[in-house]
Amino acid sequence: MEHYNMNLTVKVWRQKNSKDKGGFVSYQVKDISSEMSFLEMIDVLNEKLIVEGGEPIAFDHDCREGICGQCSLYINGKPHGPWMANTTCQLHMRAFKDGDTIVVEPWRAGAFPVIKDLMVDRSAFDRIIQAGGYISVNTGNAVDGNSLPINKDHADASFAAAMCIGCGACVAACKNSSAMLFLSAKVSHLALLPQGEPERKSRVLNMVAQMDKEGFGACTNTGACEATCPKEISISNIARLNKEYLFSSLSSDK
Amino acid sequence: MLDAKIPSGSLDDKWTDYKGHCKLVNPANKRKLEVIVVGTGLAGASAAASLGELGYKVKAFCYQDSPRRAHSIAAQGGINAAKNYQNDGDSIFRLFYDTIKGGDYRAREANVHRLAEVSGNIIDQCVAQGVPFAREYGGLLSNRSFGGTQVQRTFYAAGQTGQQLLIGAYQALERQVALGNVKMYPRHEMLEVVKIDDKARGIIARNLVSGELERHFGHAVLLCTGGYGNVFYLSTNAMGCNVTAAWKAHKDGAAFANPCFTQIHPTCIPVSGDHQSKLTLMSESLRNDGRIWVPNKKNDERKAIDIPEEERDYYLERRYPAFGNLVPRDVASRAAKERCDEGYGVGTSKQAVYLDFADAIVRYGKIEAGKEGNDHMSIEDIIVLGKEVVKEKYGNLFDMYEKITGENPYEFPMRIYPAVHYTMGGLWVDYELQTTVKGLYCLGEANFSDHGANRLGASALMQGLADGYFVVPYTLGNNLADDIYSKAIETTHPAFAAAELVAGERIQKLMNIKGKQSVESFHKRLGKIIWDKCGMARNEKGLQDAIKEVQALKKEFWSDVRIPGEINEMNPELDKANRVADFIELGELMCIDALNRNESCGGHFREEYQTEDGEALRDDANYMYVAAWEYKAEHEWTLHKEPLIYDVVKPSQRSYK
Repeated sequence: MEHYNMNLTVKVWRQKNSKDKGGFVSYQVKDISSEMSFLEMIDVLNEKLIVEGGEPIAFDHDCREGICGQCSLYINGKPHGPWMANTTCQLHMRAFKDGDTIVVEPWRAGAFPVIKDLMVDRSAFDRIIQAGGYISVNTGNAVDGNSLPINKDHADASFAAAMCIGCGACVAACKNSSAMLFLSAKVSHLALLPQGEPERKSRVLNMVAQMDKEGFGACTNTGACEATCPKEISISNIARLNKEYLFSSLSSDK
Repeated sequence: MLDAKIPSGSLDDKWTDYKGHCKLVNPANKRKLEVIVVGTGLAGASAAASLGELGYKVKAFCYQDSPRRAHSIAAQGGINAAKNYQNDGDSIFRLFYDTIKGGDYRAREANVHRLAEVSGNIIDQCVAQGVPFAREYGGLLSNRSFGGTQVQRTFYAAGQTGQQLLIGAYQALERQVALGNVKMYPRHEMLEVVKIDDKARGIIARNLVSGELERHFGHAVLLCTGGYGNVFYLSTNAMGCNVTAAWKAHKDGAAFANPCFTQIHPTCIPVSGDHQSKLTLMSESLRNDGRIWVPNKKNDERKAIDIPEEERDYYLERRYPAFGNLVPRDVASRAAKERCDEGYGVGTSKQAVYLDFADAIVRYGKIEAGKEGNDHMSIEDIIVLGKEVVKEKYGNLFDMYEKITGENPYEFPMRIYPAVHYTMGGLWVDYELQTTVKGLYCLGEANFSDHGANRLGASALMQGLADGYFVVPYTLGNNLADDIYSKAIETTHPAFAAAELVAGERIQKLMNIKGKQSVESFHKRLGKIIWDKCGMARNEKGLQDAIKEVQALKKEFWSDVRIPGEINEMNPELDKANRVADFIELGELMCIDALNRNESCGGHFREEYQTEDGEALRDDANYMYVAAWEYKAEHEWTLHKEPLIYDVVKPSQRSYK
């Protein structure tokens, strides 16, 4: 792989706290290697800001290997930037060229209020899980793992849904700020397994109710969520969610 | 000072007897007992959930924005359990034995045996929670091999086993939050332990959003805060992983054991430049199928695919025919370093070796062709089929490699090099996972107990969940049974005020320095000292130098660090400064510990102590002990030794040949 260096203009959303109005600030960064990750480019910019006596840009990040789901960022109008099936921390600077201007914003969604600069509050996702995104089995209740054979296709489909990292890109990409892809991934993960069967109906009804309460929008099937999802969670999970929801509302005992 | 409280009786019966005789707390009393859990990775989330289920009032803290982000999530390969589903001769004893041997005879027999005993329960529990483990077509659980063993006992979920296990524990935790048994405090960092009458009775935590210090009471405090690999700056740990909670506990009386036992993982993506902020692991499971090699000519500039078979040195297969590419991590890492130091390394930095899947692709392709009944398929078509199989097994890892390096590992061998991955050392704990401070417990990677001087692959997830789901619910009850008359202490108690003052003053002091250098630049310099002198190979002179350098760095840090922003606001630079200040102090202790241990064992390789063919040379007569350090004053520690007694396993020179 050929490497190259570049000089860039980075336009970043700065906002002191949740009450501040916020606005864009432009920065010049020099000699950025194409081998750097996007967040390493921000590290370089922050180092410069600190040494010059400024305030570094606050952004969420942790594992930097695409799995914890903590990094966010709207980059040039796309959640997690230009690469498909990717998180911001795995975006590398070879995606850009010398002289580019890069616009960086926080997730845009009413249910994810900005805390500072590029950091947002995604605790609504935790509360949706609290509403039913689990199987009620206390420690010590389990039978032998192999006493319950599970059709491999179902297990694989369940895993594909369970790969969701809860980053919120689906919400950020959606013009309605809908959390349907996130929610449907959890409902599918558990509904596709026999262990999830006993709570199948109450789970979907309670989780959807919580999602509505948190202020996420409705789904209009534009598919922006699927297109932006770093883990390629399929929109067919939303179809399954709708089926589960309809079935449960018609037949639930409660 | 050190009483390991190992139950008497035969090794097989210790844990069963303990559980049969330990004290219990009745449900009405559990409701009155409050427990603080710091950290919500596998150990913390499983402990908080299980204790909540039992009826304790739990408060759980994590520095991330949600407990689902803890770095357990990044574990790729799998989790061991002695299920013997493969009928290949596995048993609790073998898992126990492999772990003791893999740890180079520096772990406690009783703890490790308990770990092997509960390993099967973990798999059952996770399946019941809906963790989507890989399965065979018959619907049963699938297994694969990992380093340092000759059986297939590793359960997995593609290359995302840690993620699936953590989400399982996270969901169990969130269920308890919904039920009101656990209160969750995300974006909080523990800064002090509060001790009253020599017992841990709470913590001072900083709310990372508002910057405020908070006081929290608990009848007991559980630290589940992970390892300290970030002392090296570059590691496979998450950026926020830190030693602060454990270090504060240490300075407040908890002994720190075997800090020099750190694991360097052999297969990570090499460093690409000075900008590097972290390293990424390529799962050990890749060594099931990948073959590791270097050219057998020094400074060979040819591309990997242009180097013919007979000019390649598959050095692990050559040196260790019995285990081949699946030797334990410490052995594989040192062998890679040895080749690169000798000038056989590849890539621009020459600090890398190849991990090659070409053979596996052809082998799998032929099997697929055979399934189709086609014995005359062209090699090109075989390779196409083989790539599909490899993609199914390791697709996400190959994608990750390509994103980071820009190279396609299906076409060219991966370039890999060892990187810091795990820390076997940690707070000293007894059999009940209690530290030398009463009421203060330590679980998971943060403690020292189960992996000796080297951890085997797929054992970290096992230990985290064993501690949280199946050990601490019993051992905590045994101790809290004596506490049922103790009422919750108001946080207006002077001990809380005093601890808060200490935390507040330190923050103030950091902010007042107003120096010129960033926190990050100090962290990088610390990492370089520790990596160069207390990394894969150590020697007396280097360690002595390192101690002086770290001491000097500490001085410079406290006089010239620059932290922008304010105290009472979200301030990630201040958070980082708090952590790096503690890493610097830990770095000194690591070097002191490495200097004290005049032997080589597991991940601790002292150049002065090696066999003729370059293997680690233990000194069982003088060093078969846990080195537990008691903090006395700045730069001053007292060493306490816990002798390791092997009743069942006979220590021998570890051989994987």
